[in-house]
This record gives sequence, C-alpha cells and structure tokens, in this order.
Amino acid sequence: MADHAHHGEIDKVTGTATTGHEWDGIQELNTPLPRWWIWTFYATIIWAIGYFIVYPAWPLMNGYTHGLFGYSSRAELDVDLAKLNQIRGEKMQALANASLEEIEKNPALLALARAKGKVVFGDNCAACHGSGAAGGKGFPNLNDDDWLWGGTLEQIEKTIKYGARSGNDDGHMGNMLAFGKDGVLTKEQIVQVANFVRSLSGQSTRPGVDLAAGKQIFAENCVACHGEDAKGNPELGAPNLTDKIWLYGGDEATIIETITNGRGGVMPAWIGRLDPTTIKAMAVYVHSLGGGK
Amino acid sequence: MSIWARHKIFETNSVILIVGILIVIAIGGLVEITPLFYLKSTIEKVDGMRPYTPLELAGRNVYIREGCYLCHSQMIRPLRDEIERYGHYSLAAESMYDHPFQWGSKRTGPDLARVGGKYSDDWHVAHLKNPRSIVPQSVMPNYAFLADNKVDLASLSAHLKTNRELGVPYSDEDIAKAAADAKAQVDPDGADAADLLKRYPKAVVRNFDGQGGDPTELDALVSYLQMLGTLVDFKLYDEKANLR
Repeated sequence: MADHAHHGEIDKVTGTATTGHEWDGIQELNTPLPRWWIWTFYATIIWAIGYFIVYPAWPLMNGYTHGLFGYSSRAELDVDLAKLNQIRGEKMQALANASLEEIEKNPALLALARAKGKVVFGDNCAACHGSGAAGGKGFPNLNDDDWLWGGTLEQIEKTIKYGARSGNDDGHMGNMLAFGKDGVLTKEQIVQVANFVRSLSGQSTRPGVDLAAGKQIFAENCVACHGEDAKGNPELGAPNLTDKIWLYGGDEATIIETITNGRGGVMPAWIGRLDPTTIKAMAVYVHSLGGGK
Repeated sequence: MSIWARHKIFETNSVILIVGILIVIAIGGLVEITPLFYLKSTIEKVDGMRPYTPLELAGRNVYIREGCYLCHSQMIRPLRDEIERYGHYSLAAESMYDHPFQWGSKRTGPDLARVGGKYSDDWHVAHLKNPRSIVPQSVMPNYAFLADNKVDLASLSAHLKTNRELGVPYSDEDIAKAAADAKAQVDPDGADAADLLKRYPKAVVRNFDGQGGDPTELDALVSYLQMLGTLVDFKLYDEKANLR
C-alpha cells in the first residue's frame, strides 16, 4: 500500500506535500496542523509550568513543592469559615450573650433565633419530628401543649442539649417499664388497666372489663411516675394520660402493647454536634412553635 | 536531523510508539501515586481509629450488598456548606480500615460520614423498614427484610481474616471470637460486652433492632450506621499538625 517513492511530492491541486502513501493512485496529503491548534498546545505547556510554580505540584523525598500561593484546601476552608463568622459575627454574639427569656422578648433576636432554629431543625430534627414538627408514632409532636420533659425554654434547651435516654450522663432518664414482659402484671390485669387508662381521657372502654380493678392496678403500679391524677411527670418523662395526645397510640391494642413491652424512645444529645448558640436558637424556635410553656 | 524529524520514528513505528506511551504514563503514575505511600501529609495518623467490630463489618457488608453507596456518600469535603451541614470534614484516616472505601460521589440521599449518633436506633429501624413512614418525601427503598435475615455468624471470622490480609490489624483473638463478639454487641446485659469493648473501644453495645436472639442484618446495619464518624474525637484532633 504505502509507496514511499512518492514521498515529498507536491500535490498539484492544493500545493501541499504528500506523505508518500498511495492507494490506487490516490495520495495522502501531509497537511500541517492548524496554526491556532499548535499555539494553543504550546500555551497549555507554558500554563502548566506556571501552575507548577504557584500551586503545590511536585513530590519530593520529604515533602512536596508548596508553590508560591501556598494553597491548601484546608487553609482555604479556614478563610471561608472566618468570613462566615464575620458575616454572622455580631448577631450571633448577641444571641450567645442573651438569655433565653431575653431572646423571646426582643423581636429582632427572636426573629434571628427562629430563622436559625428553623434551618437547623430542618437539617437535624425533621428526620424524626417531621419537617412541620408534627412528629409521628414514637416521635413527639412539638406543636402541641404536651411536653414529655417539660415545655419551658430551659427544659426544652436541656432536652436538646443532653437528649433523653441518649447515653449522655446529663440526659433525661426513665423508661416505661415492661409490666407484661417482666411478669409484674398478668394479661388480664393489663387489659383492665389499659381500659382504665382509656377511660381517663374519656375514651370508650371494652364492655365487661372491670374498671375498678384497673383503677386499683393503676394506683399500685402507675402513679409513681404518671401521678395520682395521671397527668404525668416531666421529671421522669411520664406522659399525661388524661388528654387525647398519644405518643405511640391511644387505641386499646397499642396501650396493651405499651404496658406489656414498655417504651423508651431515644432523643440523641446534641451538645457535641451543635454549638451552644445554635441549641439556644433551636430551643427558642421549638418553644415558639405553638405549645411552649 | 531535526528533533521534529526524530519524532517521525514514533509516528511511523507502532511498537516504539506503544513503548513510548507506556514510559510516559509510568512516569506520571509514579509521580502521582508513589508519594502517597511515604509523604507524612498523605498518611496522617489520627487517634481513635480502630478496626470495625465483627457486627459493624457485617453491617458494612450489608451496606455494600444493598448498594447504599449508590445514593449515599461517606465523605464530607472541606467546603464551608458541607461542614455547616454535616460536621468536620472527613479525614483520610477515617477510611483507613475500609476495603474498599465508601466515599462515593452520588448524593441522592444525604452524606452518611457522620450519621453515627445523630438519630436513635428506633428511628433507624423504622426508617430502614419503611422510610416514608418517617420521612414522607423520601425516595429510599424499603429494607424491611433485613429484620428477618440473621447475620451469617459462621462466616464472620473469614471476613475478618480477609481484612487482615488487606492490612487491617485484627488479632488472632479477634478472629477466633468474631461470632461471639457479634452476639455480644447486641446483648448489653451479657457478660461478654466488657471484653468486646476492651478490644474495640467506643463500640456501641445495644439491642439495635429491639428483637431478641442472634443478631439480624438490621442489627448489623444499624450498628454500622451508629458508629460512622464517631471514632475520632475532634476536640483533640490537631488539624494544623498535618496541614497540607
């Protein structure tokens, strides 16, 4: 195929030299690369040399060339964070210095805390409590007036900081005991007390169940945490049983399940993950959702 | 003969061209890869890292088997907004016992590098069984079947051994006790928990899925998720020590 005898011949039509390759009388033109392409190629080589000089590039035996700019992604991050701090600076400082009550009374601080709280809530709390803070089964609704661990600003802040049954030493403790599984109550007793508990919130009870016996069982086993009036105890996370708000469900089957197996939902401690000012903003935000005390 | 004419030797002889390409690529490879093995700043030592417990490793295997990495990354980049959302940026050392690492590049779901401790076990269990029961807008598939699958305890020693081949410092004792360790990690009242914690500091010992008996794949996966990003104490970490 290739016939080097023709090499260097000038093609009559284009005036360009040929490569010498010839197929059936057709020769290949040795057209040079376009000038603009060549110069772009050289420019990239020169650019690379400049890059070697100003940016970290070449590994050496004990380190590497840091470049004239001294760039590092971590150092750049520090600059970005410092800038962010500067933007937020004074405002966040004001939030950090104010007490929870002062924040609620000062409209500017309240707006700031609510805005910050809302963003952080969406990122960290909404997974369990829902984006509208309406909760779900086992995850408390934060819009209502029912508070397992207390609904004052301080109580909410403490719950966020240290969590509940979180493993943090300052976290809330206290479980709903497994009265059935641990053999404290018989199945029949559990049905009786479950129906008595339903009667406390004015719900229908199963006909034929001895409510008086249920009341007796309640007095012997439940009042220590839920109180004589069954209105609960935020010190122990014991819910109010006289209202229509249920964490796991107020139907008979669910109440029996709760009494039988116990409950112990976990709220993580956020103190290591979020800074104290953010937690403050969050406490104010949650408090302002509607049901704060 | 000018240098341009010499270049013709490569252009007209394919074998020489192939050898030339190999040499150029080998130099590029050596310059880019070799330093990673000896430069102090690329093999930063960080306190707190330990190999996975057998249960966590089983969970990691479930994570890989189910393709979680297709939607979740485990790599917080040193960028302002990522740090605001996820916490301290990931360190290379935090993946030192990962074979292969799970950094990923696709975030249909959120990054999981520091998800450990962020949610409760109950949340993970409910969420894995049916994500939409908790996060209505979620597009994650259901993994309810994990609660019914027991972890294959008999194969755990082999998994540890394989990882040791790859450089993870499991001791003979770790390998011999792999199955017992996995059981101990879901039994907080058991006698073996202390021994487990001695060899795997900061391991979380809990009945993750709330079911009794031998660990399920749900236990394993939740135990893995609950330890992600929790080993390094960033109050003690000196980021300037290895600033690059």
